[in-house]
Amino acid sequence: MCLVFALIHLVPGDPVEVMLGESAQPADKEALREALGLNQPVHLQLLDYLARLVRLDLGTSIYSRRPILDILLERIPATIELGIAALWVATFLALPLGILAAMHRNTLLDFGAMGFALVGVSIPNFWMGPMLILVGALWLGWFPVSGREGFMSLVLPALTLGTAMAAILSRMIRSALLEVITEEFIRTARAKGLTEWRVIAHHGLRNALLPVITLLGLQLGALLGGAIITETVFSWPGIGLLVVEAIQRRDYPVVQATVLFISLSYVLVNLLTDLLYAWIDPRVRIQKGP
Amino acid sequence: MRMWAPLGLVLLWASMALLGFVVPLAPEHIDLSKILVPGGAEEWLGYDDLGRPILDRLIMGARTSFFVAFAVVGLSLCVGTMIGTFGAFMGGWVDHVLVRIIDVFLAFPGILLAIALAGVMGPGIDNVVIALSAVGWVGYARLSRAQVLTVKERDHIHAAIAIGTKPLRIMVRHLIPLVSAPLIVEASFGIAGAVIAEAGLSFLGLGVQPPAASWGSMIREGTRYMLVAPHLVITPGVAIMAVVLAINLFGDWLRDWLDVKDQTRLG
Repeated sequence: MCLVFALIHLVPGDPVEVMLGESAQPADKEALREALGLNQPVHLQLLDYLARLVRLDLGTSIYSRRPILDILLERIPATIELGIAALWVATFLALPLGILAAMHRNTLLDFGAMGFALVGVSIPNFWMGPMLILVGALWLGWFPVSGREGFMSLVLPALTLGTAMAAILSRMIRSALLEVITEEFIRTARAKGLTEWRVIAHHGLRNALLPVITLLGLQLGALLGGAIITETVFSWPGIGLLVVEAIQRRDYPVVQATVLFISLSYVLVNLLTDLLYAWIDPRVRIQKGP
Repeated sequence: MRMWAPLGLVLLWASMALLGFVVPLAPEHIDLSKILVPGGAEEWLGYDDLGRPILDRLIMGARTSFFVAFAVVGLSLCVGTMIGTFGAFMGGWVDHVLVRIIDVFLAFPGILLAIALAGVMGPGIDNVVIALSAVGWVGYARLSRAQVLTVKERDHIHAAIAIGTKPLRIMVRHLIPLVSAPLIVEASFGIAGAVIAEAGLSFLGLGVQPPAASWGSMIREGTRYMLVAPHLVITPGVAIMAVVLAINLFGDWLRDWLDVKDQTRLG
């Protein structure tokens, strides 16, 4: 929280200067500084900011003059919708890829799946997006180019964000499965004559999912970063687009509040992942602390 | 030899970056009669929305991404390694404070912090380097700290302390060389990350400013004319993809060759 504050306030460059332009009158600059509280000492500004934060008062946007909390609340659903859709796409792509690669290790199938994953990691969102628009919206004409109107408009952004995640996720699933497969209970399961499918699905995957879920929580940061770019490509009215717009409009209170919000939700999700981890894996609950 | 193809691509990238200084290019030359002309035998890679040659701009973009990537990784590798090694070697409250600082930085999604920093400092290529380095050093600090903790109790370190070697000399001569292999592997993936990050920031309009060229800003400008001239977007995208893929493959090879355990791949 303080880092965000420091970031905005200690970085060289005067927001007032930027907002009013070079030719502004000194008196006007002083008035704006007064209005924003920027003429106060930095530690007083910080205290003031924290005090208002406790009351959920994020301030008002310099650009639209609306309370930032309202703006945030109206943008959040779109990002959550996109995030969940992307997560679905990623899971649907990555699970079969990772499992197939692990089951047929060092075969053509494995190299194919992992090669696909590597290509997926190397394609940036801001290129994948336009390419999907080109194919899906312009050539095939199946989906709208951008915006957020109905289910069809969700498909392309979710694919953009989802494939990038799927690439990382399938590598994780593969290596986690490979680690589990050497365990003795897998040999037991095979020895008692279960089909390979049951061995993998019931005994292998369940154990392999634990590290994957933890890593998935950490990957959320990458997802959020990707969301900023994906939302910009598709004009998807979520949090990410809000940050970019606010930066372009030099709307510092909005930048500050949005960055703070995204960071907090990132920390919160990682906390939830830890709890989820304990819920899924009884061994974590029994061992107390590392 | 699985390293040659990626290495060749990386060298091509490097030579494109350096070529820009030698070969007379006209990346900002506007030829209105050639607006949006697609690539062909005569036109090489074609022309953009202002009639500027895309090949020339691609080479200038290679220079941008090359220098930004190496500046960012070089800077964050040096700073991060020094901080991490220092913390682990000193131990005690110094280490505690540094770990706290690292934790605070890790609590933020890196790219978001870079976007916010670049946004607040204003666009520009040096600000991109600063923003990405400010985010990038943390990974190297954490990695070098963990590595130094495992080797600092070795006999030769105790011997060096016993004969009164200065701490700085111990760190630079005896500790850092021992832990450099995983750091080099991490740095090679870091270059791929920096290329994407630079292009991403430029795509958002926070990187190089027009008329200078970056692969990210070329995509940004190209998306407006995608319907009539898709080659504006396709060409720089293929360039980014090829370079990043090559660096990732090279990093994979380097990791196996140096026999480093997989730790933070693609993190």
